[in-house]
Parts: sequence; C-alpha cells; structure tokens
Amino acid sequence: MSGRAARWVGTDVPRVDGLEKVTGAARYTADLKFPRMLHAAVVRSPHPHALVRDVRLEAAARVPGVRAVAAGRDFPFHVGIYLKDQTVFATDRVRYVGDPVAAVAAETPEAAREAAARVEVEYEPLRPVFDVAEGLAPDAPLVHPELGRYECVPWITPRAGTNVCNHLKVRKGDYEAALRRCAHAIEHRFSVPQVQHVPLEPHVSVARMDGAGKLEVWTSAQSPFTVRHLLCACFRMPHGDVRVVVPHVGGGFGGKAGINLEPIAAALAMKARGRWVRVMVDRSEEFYAVVVRQGLEARLVTGVDRDGKVLAQKLQYLWNCGGYGGYGVNVVRAAGYTCGGAYEFPNVWGDSIGVYTNRPVGSAYRGFGMQEIHWALEQQMTMVALELGLDPVEFRLRNCLGPGKSTVTGQVLDEHAGRVDRCIRKVAEELGWGDGRREPYRGRGLACAVKAPAMPNDAASSVVLKFCEDGMLEVLISGIDYGQGLRTVAAQFAAEALDLPFDQVRVRGLPDTDLSPYDWQTVASRQTWATGNAVLRAAESCKQQLLAMAARAFDAPAARLRLADGRVLDPETGRSLPLARLAMGYQFDDGHAIGGPVAAAAGFVPEGLIFLDPETSQSPKPVAKWTFGCQGVELRVDPETGRFTVERIVGCYDVGKVVHPALIRGQTYGGMVQGLGTGVMEELLLDRATGRIRNASLTDYKIPTAEDVPSRLEAHFVETPQADGPLGARGIGEHTMIPTPAAIADALYDACGVRITSLPITAEKVLAALRAKAEDEPAP
Amino acid sequence: MTHRITVRVNGVLETAQVDPRRSLLAFLRDDLDLTGAKEGCNEGECGACVVLVDGKPINSCLMLAVEADGREITTIEGLARDGVLHPLQRAFLRHHALQCGFCTPGMILTAAGLLAENPDPTEDEVRRALSGNLCRCTGYRQILDAVREAAAELRGAAGKEFVR
Repeated sequence: MSGRAARWVGTDVPRVDGLEKVTGAARYTADLKFPRMLHAAVVRSPHPHALVRDVRLEAAARVPGVRAVAAGRDFPFHVGIYLKDQTVFATDRVRYVGDPVAAVAAETPEAAREAAARVEVEYEPLRPVFDVAEGLAPDAPLVHPELGRYECVPWITPRAGTNVCNHLKVRKGDYEAALRRCAHAIEHRFSVPQVQHVPLEPHVSVARMDGAGKLEVWTSAQSPFTVRHLLCACFRMPHGDVRVVVPHVGGGFGGKAGINLEPIAAALAMKARGRWVRVMVDRSEEFYAVVVRQGLEARLVTGVDRDGKVLAQKLQYLWNCGGYGGYGVNVVRAAGYTCGGAYEFPNVWGDSIGVYTNRPVGSAYRGFGMQEIHWALEQQMTMVALELGLDPVEFRLRNCLGPGKSTVTGQVLDEHAGRVDRCIRKVAEELGWGDGRREPYRGRGLACAVKAPAMPNDAASSVVLKFCEDGMLEVLISGIDYGQGLRTVAAQFAAEALDLPFDQVRVRGLPDTDLSPYDWQTVASRQTWATGNAVLRAAESCKQQLLAMAARAFDAPAARLRLADGRVLDPETGRSLPLARLAMGYQFDDGHAIGGPVAAAAGFVPEGLIFLDPETSQSPKPVAKWTFGCQGVELRVDPETGRFTVERIVGCYDVGKVVHPALIRGQTYGGMVQGLGTGVMEELLLDRATGRIRNASLTDYKIPTAEDVPSRLEAHFVETPQADGPLGARGIGEHTMIPTPAAIADALYDACGVRITSLPITAEKVLAALRAKAEDEPAP
Repeated sequence: MTHRITVRVNGVLETAQVDPRRSLLAFLRDDLDLTGAKEGCNEGECGACVVLVDGKPINSCLMLAVEADGREITTIEGLARDGVLHPLQRAFLRHHALQCGFCTPGMILTAAGLLAENPDPTEDEVRRALSGNLCRCTGYRQILDAVREAAAELRGAAGKEFVR
C-alpha cells in the first residue's frame, strides 16, 4: 500500500452482510432446523442462597417424551474463563435465584417444561448477601466457602475465607504524603446498580454428541474458540472432539462472551446421545438467569494543590459480582488498572475489589467496567473543579493524560497513544463551552472516557485468505460480526492490501472451529485492530505469491510488478494478467503450469505487554492500547416533574484511523443511546425478601426506543495513528457508551443545581433532589 | 384438535392444519421456515416478530395462526418484488441502518406499514410508529434517516411499483 492513497479504507463501502440482513436471509441459531431436535428446560433455584440437600429426577424422567435429565452429580466439573468457580449445575449450593440445578430435554417444549416442574429439589435456605457492604462484613455468610480451592489464572487474586473473588491494588507514588501537601481534599461516593445487556436475540445453544463421541455445538456466542476451549476443560475432552459453530448473532454486548448456556446443552446432549438438544432462554430468564452487568459502589478522594493540579487520588471500587465471578473478576481487574481514567495522577491509592453476593451473575458488558468507574470519576472531576471555583473543562485539560504523561500503572504514554485533550476541546467547542449562554433549566456537561482491551496478554487472532478460481478472494475470520461491521472492515483491509475491486472479496465470518482459523474472543474492542492486522499480514503473503508467479509468467523481475484493480501489472511493458489467471497457478501457452493455488494464513498477538506488579500494579505496558474520547450532553429539565430531555449528545474519539465512516458513526450513536439507557432508565430491581428480580421483562425493564433518542447525535473523530494498528486504527466499539451517564449528570447539575450520584438518573430522583434543594435554600 | 387454515403468505396460498394455541410467529418460523420474523420476547414488547397482516404491522407472537385464516401476510422474505429490493430495504443498506440485524425485519415491515398509511411522515411520526420495535445496536439514528428517505423515494416515480 506504500505511497498509494487508500482506496477502500476510510470510505463507506457497502456492508458485506447487509443484503442478507434486509431480506431475512441471515440465519441466527434459533432459525436453524436440526432433525428431531429435542427442547430443553432448565430447573433454576428459587432461593438466592441455599444448600442443595437432594435432587430427585425420577418423576421428571417418567414424563412422556422426556429423553434426558441431567443434574449436578453427573457433571461435577468446574467452568469459568478466568476463575473456575461454577459447575454446570449447582451441586451442593445455589447462589442466586436462577442458578441452574438440573435440566431436561424432551420431544416438545411443553413436555420439557412439565418435566422440569417435576424435578424435586430439597433446599436448606441460608442467609443471603445482596450488597457489597454485607458481603464484606466480618460475619458475612460465605457465598463460596471453597474459594481457596478453585483454579484461576495467575493474575487474579481471590481471598479464600472471604467473599472477595478478586482484589487489584494500585499503589503509585506516595498518596498519604501527597495528600498532606494538598490545599484541598474532596471526597464523594457514587453507585451503579446491576443492569442487563438486553440483546434482541436471547441466548440459545444447540448441541449433539454423535455415536463416535464428537460433540457439536451451534450457539449464539461471541467466541467460538473460547467456548470450545472451556467446554473441553469442563468435560475433559480433547479439542479435536468438539466443534463449535456460530451462525449470525443478534447482539451480545459482552453477555455472549466467554461461555454461557453451552455446558448445559452439552450435558443434555451427552445424556441423549445422537439427538440434537436446544437450550433457549426466554426473555425473563435472559434478564436474571444468564448474566448481567456488575453493580458498583465507588468512593473517591481527590487532593488538589493551589494551581488546580491533582496531586493525590484515592479510588475505591467495590463490585457487586453476584453469585459467580468467572468472568467478572477481570472486570474488577480492568477497573483497577484503569482506575484513574483519562487523567495523570502522580500519587494514587486504588483498590478494585470484587465481592460475591447472592444476586444474578455479573459478567462482561460493553465498556467492561469503564462506564461504571467513569460515572464516578468524571463526576468527581467536575465536582472538584466546581468546589474549587475552576472551570471543569480547564480542570480536565490541566490534569488529563497525553504523550509523556504517566498512567496509574506508571506507563508513560508515547505520541501514538491518542489525544484526549483534543477530544475534550472538540466537544467543548461543539457545546459552545464558555460562551456565557444560560437559559433556565437548560444545561450542558461533558465527560471523558478511556478504555484498553481487557484480555490476556497473549490474546490472538488469525485469518486465512484464499483465492477462488475466478479470482475472487475469500477471507476466513473467526471474529464475530454481530453488527459492529467486522466482516466489512476485514474486506476493506483485504481489498486495500491487494488492490482488489471491493466486490471481489468475500468474508466468511460465520466461524466453525473445525474449519476456521483461531481467534480468542470478540470482546475488548479488539477485532478491527487484531483481525485487521492479521488480514494485512496474510494479504502481503498472497501478494508475494502472485507477484512471484507473474514474474515468471512475464519473465520480468517481481520487484517491478504491482497489483492493480484485480490484475497483476508490469508498468514497464504494460502487460497485465487478471488474478483469475494466477489464482490457481499459472499455465503457459504450451501447457506447462507453475505455482499453485494462492492462499495464506497469518496471525496477530500484541507484543511487549508486561504483567502488573502483584502488589502495586505498576507496569510499563500493561495493555495493548488505549482509546480516549469525550462526550458532551445538552438537556432541559421540567422543574415541576423532574423529567428531563436529553436533546443532544456530541462525541469525539481518537480512533487512530476512521476505517468506515458510516459504521463508526453507527457504533457511536448506538453506544450513546445504550449509554442513555443505563444513564436514565435501566436498573435490575431486587426484591430483598425473596432475592428475585422484580422487573425481569421488557414491560418492566425499559430500554431506549426510537422516541427516546435525542434529536441531535453527533460523532467526531481524531486520528492519531496507533503504532501497531492496521493503517493506524484502534478499537472504538465499547467506548461510545462509557461517558454518557456522567455527562448527563453534569448537564443536569448545570441545568438545575442537583447532583445525582446513583444510577439511573430518574425523574423521581431529580424531583426529590429539586425539592430538597428548595427546602435548603431560603425563598428569594 | 387442529384447525385447517388457508393463508396467502408472500403471494403464495398456504393451507395447513394448526393447533389452535399455535402463534402466527411459530407457524411462520417452524412450519413455513420463514425465519425472518424473530422471537425476541414472545410478549409483544420488542417488535422483532412484526409481519404485515393485510398490510398492517402485527406482532406475530401475539396473534394466533388460526386468526390469520383467510388473510394476506407479508414477511420480510416477501418484501422484495421480482428480485428488486423494496425502497426501505435499499435505504436501510444505504444508511447502514442495521447492525446485528435481529430487529431489522420487524423494523422494515413496521416502517412499510407506516408508509402505506402516511406517505410523508415527520420524524416524530416515524419515531412514534417505530417505538414498539426495539433496537439495541444502532441508537435508531440511521434507521430514522433511512425511513424518511425511503418515504421520499416511494412518493416519487421509482417507488410506484411497491405502493399497494
């Protein structure tokens, strides 16, 4: 690509999966027909915390049409991506309402449900813990008394004998000494409830074990290879005997990362050998029984000198992880090493602590803890600025990260790291910050965002490129395109690198672990970057193969030849050949052939990442990359009702390179509106008497509709190239929902002087705060 | 006991014996393999199952198959005419008004129902009409733009063949 202006990257090429999605041709897991498929029903705990004394399956097995009944005693194997703290079915203890205890598979859904109702479980209820404070109390009941015996990755630190499933400590500089030198020390607390992903497609998995012992799983998941790997670990099977296929996925947002329903489907398939078994949750189960986002209680102390520079920063993040922390422990970790957000704090005392409770299971959710900690930190920055009489934008610019500045882990950023200051300035300019415009009950606010990919240091991606007989290029990837546009982006990179007409590329993106190249997971906003890099590497290899063959065909030096719009061209002689003549090897006029089919595989793994120090979390490069951004909000409030309307959200992100303008706008608008949802309406409501979720339906749990969308959504981008990014690109998928709630809270404060510190920001809370404020203030 | 129904689905007359409890959605998906209509909630809250029944958008999870007897049904699979995409389908592609695609069939058919009633809706009217169709990916912005652009196209000459 050297020296040539990009032809496809940076343009709005058609979505490669568009046609199948607007015609109904795209097939999702539940759309597939499997011969004589059995239907499953899962028996779930009605108790938030109880010992399981006995599980009796005999009555269930006698229901006509039942083909398999499975419970914990048959599958006492642990599963979990980072901490193996869960069994396929609860064995001796249930830890949340919805915990799977048994499952049945039957010829009809009705028979399955009837049989599930006949599974008799004897429980001995225990005292539950629902909140982090209860969970950390010295006399708290232990959710996992066996915690010390679980396997986990070495960079997770569960505390045996407590409810702490992970604790990450950040110690930078000398916080206490620095705080003593500060002119001001300001403390505030913030909280975030559990919320749910609400993908439009609920979780579904279909499995069969055939007569030869091969397990096949078709599933709605973000990570076919990680599903295979974890199934193999769970059931002690070699990887070659498990096949995982992922058709189209109807949204995931982290909820389909790692492993979810697949072990239940596999267990039933092992009991009903030769039969396909489908496990599909209904919308209600989707809300409480699979995974949710963790809750957060945050306490921040900021020490500031007389010049408005933060010298000392304490951050305590307590995470409500729910009944299991297999995935959530890494949210805790990511929040720890990112605890200072987009700012340079010279002295830091940070603690990110995951606490087991008897709530639904916390897991990955778009942003991976970042929206939650930014809800706290970004409001804190504004509150500190205002308490000191400083402008919140100026205060941010004075303290934000940038080239030469050091993160909380002591990583000194270089010039490729991205520029949050430029994002702040752009958003401030768009909002007309500092123009003195003031209207009653209208307000403006902004908040920053930063996130790195939270993943193992060696998380890898690979691709295969191969040509068809007609010169068309097929790109095999195993990253999941669940709408973010990965297949389109992969096609752009391939067409760019090989100078192909865009419609001469086909991306095979519905991966099958038997046939497709390895990819760790589609999470962490890593795919454009990781798969993009692998595509460029494989394309370079294909290019060399094509040029070498053409050099022999033309009897010309390869160095002189180049690829041009689907042909190999010798610029000196003007001779050219279409790729179809070379794709399977080249045949001379006398009949003799050379070369062979053109194909290449290539992989990518980030280089140079160093583990965090276990006591201080210091590391010169703990993560692969950072993406920074900022969002601004304009809103108006009705003081009579507390209702407020977000009229405008404007975002600016340093994405390194805009690969596809329309797709990246789509990611940004989508993230903003999802951020609006968690900002103003979403919360899983727990009934403390029973431990049940009270609003487990779309009737009672509202997500934004077309009527809630602000009239103005605007997306701007800065392009500071990422050194190891494909054409400079870095991740953006998750970042777009991180700052929205904090920006709304700041705009609300600007509009009417009330500060809401617990999500969601409801009209009810605003009205109560307005009334409290009116009582505090003397009448004019 | 089952009931015999006759329905015209995407222009083809289908006759079937159905259980009286069977939803129209299950009939379309399982019996006719028209899986463009999706099951997102089975309680009429998400709109992923919307199909046109006699030209009106209906949550097919809330309608019984027997209620469809004698009616005309259009699913996403039947919206294009002779291989030519409906202006809404084309506008959704042009505006990148879709991501995961799970809500897309219901979204397009709801919009088609709106435009049949109101060929020149304001943005607020489009928002109201689509408020029963949830999308978790797009933030709706590009969908709203696509629907209004398709409306303009349908009002013009190019859209005539699709106006019923």
